[in-house]
Amino acid sequence: MAEVGDRASQAMRIISSTKFWRGALAIAIFIALWETASRADISRVPPPTAVAVTFKELMADPSYWFSWYLSTQRVFAGFIAAMLVGIPLGLGMAVSRAFYGTVFPVFEVLRPIPPLAWVPASIIFWPTQELSIVFVTFLGAFYAVVINVIGGAQAIDTRYYQAARSMGSSSWDIFRRIILPGTLPSVMVGATVGIGIAWAVVVAAEMISGGGSAGSMGGAKGGGLGFFIWNSYVGGSYTQIVVGMISIGIAGYISSALLRKLGELVTPWLREQ
Amino acid sequence: MNPERAAACERSIAAPLPATSSSPEKPRRGEIRIADVIKIYGSEANGIRAVDKCTFDVPAGKITVVVGPSGCGKTTLLNAIAGFHSITSGTIHLDGKVLCGAGRPKAEPGPDRIVVFQNGALFPWKTIIENVAFGPIVQGRLTRRQAFDQARTMLAEAGLRNLESNYPGEISSGMRRRVEITRALMNDPKVLLLDEPYRALDSLTKSVMHEALLETFDRNQVTIFFITHDLEEAIFLGHRVVIMTTRPCRPKKVLTVDIPHPRDYSVLTAKRFREYLDETAAAVHEEALKAFAAGERER
Repeated sequence: MAEVGDRASQAMRIISSTKFWRGALAIAIFIALWETASRADISRVPPPTAVAVTFKELMADPSYWFSWYLSTQRVFAGFIAAMLVGIPLGLGMAVSRAFYGTVFPVFEVLRPIPPLAWVPASIIFWPTQELSIVFVTFLGAFYAVVINVIGGAQAIDTRYYQAARSMGSSSWDIFRRIILPGTLPSVMVGATVGIGIAWAVVVAAEMISGGGSAGSMGGAKGGGLGFFIWNSYVGGSYTQIVVGMISIGIAGYISSALLRKLGELVTPWLREQ
Repeated sequence: MNPERAAACERSIAAPLPATSSSPEKPRRGEIRIADVIKIYGSEANGIRAVDKCTFDVPAGKITVVVGPSGCGKTTLLNAIAGFHSITSGTIHLDGKVLCGAGRPKAEPGPDRIVVFQNGALFPWKTIIENVAFGPIVQGRLTRRQAFDQARTMLAEAGLRNLESNYPGEISSGMRRRVEITRALMNDPKVLLLDEPYRALDSLTKSVMHEALLETFDRNQVTIFFITHDLEEAIFLGHRVVIMTTRPCRPKKVLTVDIPHPRDYSVLTAKRFREYLDETAAAVHEEALKAFAAGERER
């Protein structure tokens, strides 16, 4: 009960803060300008009032939600694969000089290639469209995860290794008790950055590949949020384009917020005092 | 400080000079003999000579303080004893056994020689009690529960109750240093290697830390090898003070401080203390000037 009370008073504090109202006012002004610009025909983007009407209609449309589901699934499949491959790879490179020397040059050659440049090759190589989209999403998150893991592990102060070795740690102890927890904060940073890129990439991949195999299956609005936007453009429904854009913004925000929360949970020593 | 200790300190100041500490005798261990140690960074011909023909002893069960200008190479020596860095030539013995020398340039790090670092090396991701219990657990000497019990006792002895579940980032830097010394003692080391542990602290906190360290020493009689650039700190803490030349580092003057332990802050105003200071200040100042002229930067 006490916690509920705390939450409530915390919410009250936020609502009564100047910072909150300044932010709210800024958003309100932005929307008002957008509305005016659209109505005065300065901008051809549909006004927020029209977008809101479409949004309300779509809320009741299962195929819109199916788009959410498909994109989310792809992002998380790619993201989790990136974590599963990227964390061990990054740790391996940080721990072993030989491994680093072998893998890092290849990694650095591949890294500048934008994930979207992989789309055609990916469609050719992977047996299904679905897998090719997930693969491109994976690439988006992968580089961010690996770079952060290497950086984090290399930044661990030598004193910690020296202290641990003095106290009689084996190599395994050092890996488990020093390198793993020492790298964890960077892993979480990599994950938060990675999932943001994954969302950016999945949308474009869905547009290019025509929504994957589910595009035909789920109907016009069933190919994921990226395909949803593209399809709305082809179909001339401008308000739907904006709804799609806002949806992706919301999805990306929620994913990052969840990962930040998770990060706070697993690195309690970094909590603000 | 507890009244008992205060009384002991008073007695020790009043006592005639040659008298030594009356603390209970334990088998003394942790004697370090440093003989002809040379350390050159880089190639032998034109590398940087950090330590040159350095010879002195660290007696068992005593506090030996090494004083020298910043960057003079004292830490190099400490790292060689700890086994973090190699030496170029010479030998270092611990209790009659060779730590490093001909054929073995680098000692093996071990729990018999624990370093307390200048900037502290408590693991930030472990709570205070996990930090203190670390050594015995990884050594497989105690179970987790036994190690925690012992850690709790040691922390309480050091006056560090109620910090157990905090993370190092949540306590003051002075507290962190004391926890780190407690963590070191958990390994039952032969010698504690302290590398300017109080350098970053303000002078008030420092004086509290000094007394805490002396109390710890009285309790454990562990050999202490202490590095500093602060002469007053050196004479206040040390049985033996080794004044180093600026780089390359070698002993310039070795002083036996005949002020009996246990000591407390009243020593600082004692006539004898001022005499030691007068006797050595010139030597230290001379080296500091040389170091300054050579453009040594703080490290």
